[in-house]
Amino acid sequence: MRTFTYVRPDDVASAVEAVAADAEARFVAGGSNLVDHLKLGVARPGTLVDVTRLGLDAIEPHEGGLRVGANVRNSDLAAHPVVRQRYPAVARALLAGASGQIRHQATTAGNLLQRTRCVYFQDVTTPCHKREPGSGCSAIEGYGRYNAILGASGSCVAVHPSDLAVALTAVDAVVVVQGPGGERRVPMTELHRLPGDRPQDDTVLEHGDLVTAVELPDSPVAGLSTYYKARDRASYAFALVSVAAAVDLDGDTVRDLRVVWGGVAHRPWRATTLEDRLRGQRLTEETIAAAADAELADAVTGADNAYKPAMVRGATVHALTGLARRAGAATTEGIDA
Amino acid sequence: MTTQTGTSPQDTGHHLTLTVDGRAHEVEVDVRSTLLDTLRERLGVTTVKKGCDHGQCGSCTVLLDGRRHLTCLSLAVQHDGAELTTADGLAATEGGGEGDLHPVQQAFLDRDAYQCGYCTPGQVCSAVGALDELKQGHPSHVTDDLEAEVDLDDDHLDDELRERMSGNLCRCGAYVNILAAIKDAAGVATDGPTTTEEAAR
Ligand SMILES: Cc1cc2nc3c(=O)[nH]c(=O)nc-3n(C[C@H](O)[C@H](O)[C@H](O)COP(=O)(O)OP(=O)(O)OC[C@H]3O[C@@H](n4cnc5c(N)ncnc54)[C@H](O)[C@@H]3O)c2cc1C
Ligand code: SF4
Ligand code: FES
Ligand code: FES
Repeated sequence: MRTFTYVRPDDVASAVEAVAADAEARFVAGGSNLVDHLKLGVARPGTLVDVTRLGLDAIEPHEGGLRVGANVRNSDLAAHPVVRQRYPAVARALLAGASGQIRHQATTAGNLLQRTRCVYFQDVTTPCHKREPGSGCSAIEGYGRYNAILGASGSCVAVHPSDLAVALTAVDAVVVVQGPGGERRVPMTELHRLPGDRPQDDTVLEHGDLVTAVELPDSPVAGLSTYYKARDRASYAFALVSVAAAVDLDGDTVRDLRVVWGGVAHRPWRATTLEDRLRGQRLTEETIAAAADAELADAVTGADNAYKPAMVRGATVHALTGLARRAGAATTEGIDA
Repeated sequence: MTTQTGTSPQDTGHHLTLTVDGRAHEVEVDVRSTLLDTLRERLGVTTVKKGCDHGQCGSCTVLLDGRRHLTCLSLAVQHDGAELTTADGLAATEGGGEGDLHPVQQAFLDRDAYQCGYCTPGQVCSAVGALDELKQGHPSHVTDDLEAEVDLDDDHLDDELRERMSGNLCRCGAYVNILAAIKDAAGVATDGPTTTEEAAR
């Protein structure tokens, strides 16, 4: 491991300044992703700027919703009574992630900014454009079971691993960023990028941009929401695919909804085509599956990840019919337990 | 204001205070040291085990300021001043004489909840943390109703404990008895084996 200088600022401005002024500096929060990358040689920062003592620890009421400090631990956010009641998809996504120990360590910002679990990204002996731009992509013709099926490019086919990011996108959350030039708000739908020809940039954040909070707005869809995650074992595994679904029902028809997919793309995939098809419809297995197929029209699969479209379609049917049932609005046709 | 120890990459010595199992230690560490390596290699606290060193097995679990935490993905410098409890420190007295064991430790003995024992200190610390989270009413991935209280007596208790302990792998596969031990410690009767002889079959 390359050695580094460790600094621990106690205010936001000093933290931003410390990273902005030094191209080799990086923020560190819980460290559960970055320390792993230091060990693996995936990250080689010259300076680590600890952001765990900046006073970004509160979960507070905010404009009818909640404002969650960047340093709030995943376990505390999942256990918060307002999150459990009004943003169940967020609580469920957190509880489906990592382990009890890691959720105490993982922070809100660190979770959103964790990097891909692409096996080649984590193995410095293999080419990877994301880790080393210009070196190649080992995953395109290599082990492809986790590869993206939507929005990938010829330079990177990795998926974003965060469960929380998928759920936050479904509740219209907004990330508050403090950069060298001041504060700005970035909607979750715009935080993560598609790889294009710059797979090294996971997000739209610039060097020195510090996430200070995430705002959960007073959303009409968030109250009836859930998160469904398909994985290789029942617990303590990253998603193969996942679905965050949030619905506002008028009787048994959809007034509005959000459906966001995880494990299929380089960013949380807001399924807008699917959403458009389902607004004004009843939620049956048939309507949902047809809408999912429309969303998947441009999906590209290889031999190893050909299972993903069917899995994400099934997961979406499961999540949405479950919500409809919970609302008591489900028609019995096509909906099984 | 910024606290900066180690002013250049060449100057990476960091002076830390760590309280481990009730004893305060002063230690000088390289900035790259994890809590795990600091405990084992610098402070001689070998109760804490290194399994994977990548957050994937749970054998390095301690209670950090009262909550279960992995030490392998934690930089020691980030935890200056922390209080850590290892499986050893859970016993009421130093050295943990019989009878003074923590209920979770005692239950692991009674239920023969291990084979090689390598994962056990992490399992025990994790179980203590998990039971505390349950008592505080924190839901888990398998909790049906996020808003209701998590009922310790409900039909789902096995599922709840399995889910909450999923961050601790046991290469020997002692899971059945680990689950029984934690249920005992939670003060709940189980149908599992009741003696170490039965469990050992
Ligand atoms: C075995 C294992 C299993 C896991 N399983 C899952 C899972 O199933 N689902 C899931 O979603 N996650 C999973 N994770 C990942 C885990 O959730 C992340 O490691 C964690 O959320 C990262 O948070 P952190 O605070 O530790 O971040 P750190 O490791 O400290 O930082 C991560 C990144 O975020 C940057 N950063 C941190 N804070 C800020 C800030 N305020 N502003 C700007 N940049 C910042 C850092 O520079 C770094 O690049 C797993 C991890 C492990 C080790
Ligand atoms: S898919 Fe992306 S992260 Fe994985 S090897 Fe290719 S460039 Fe690297
Ligand atoms: S050694 Fe820490 S989780 Fe395996
Ligand atoms: S008892 Fe051997 S690893 Fe668990």
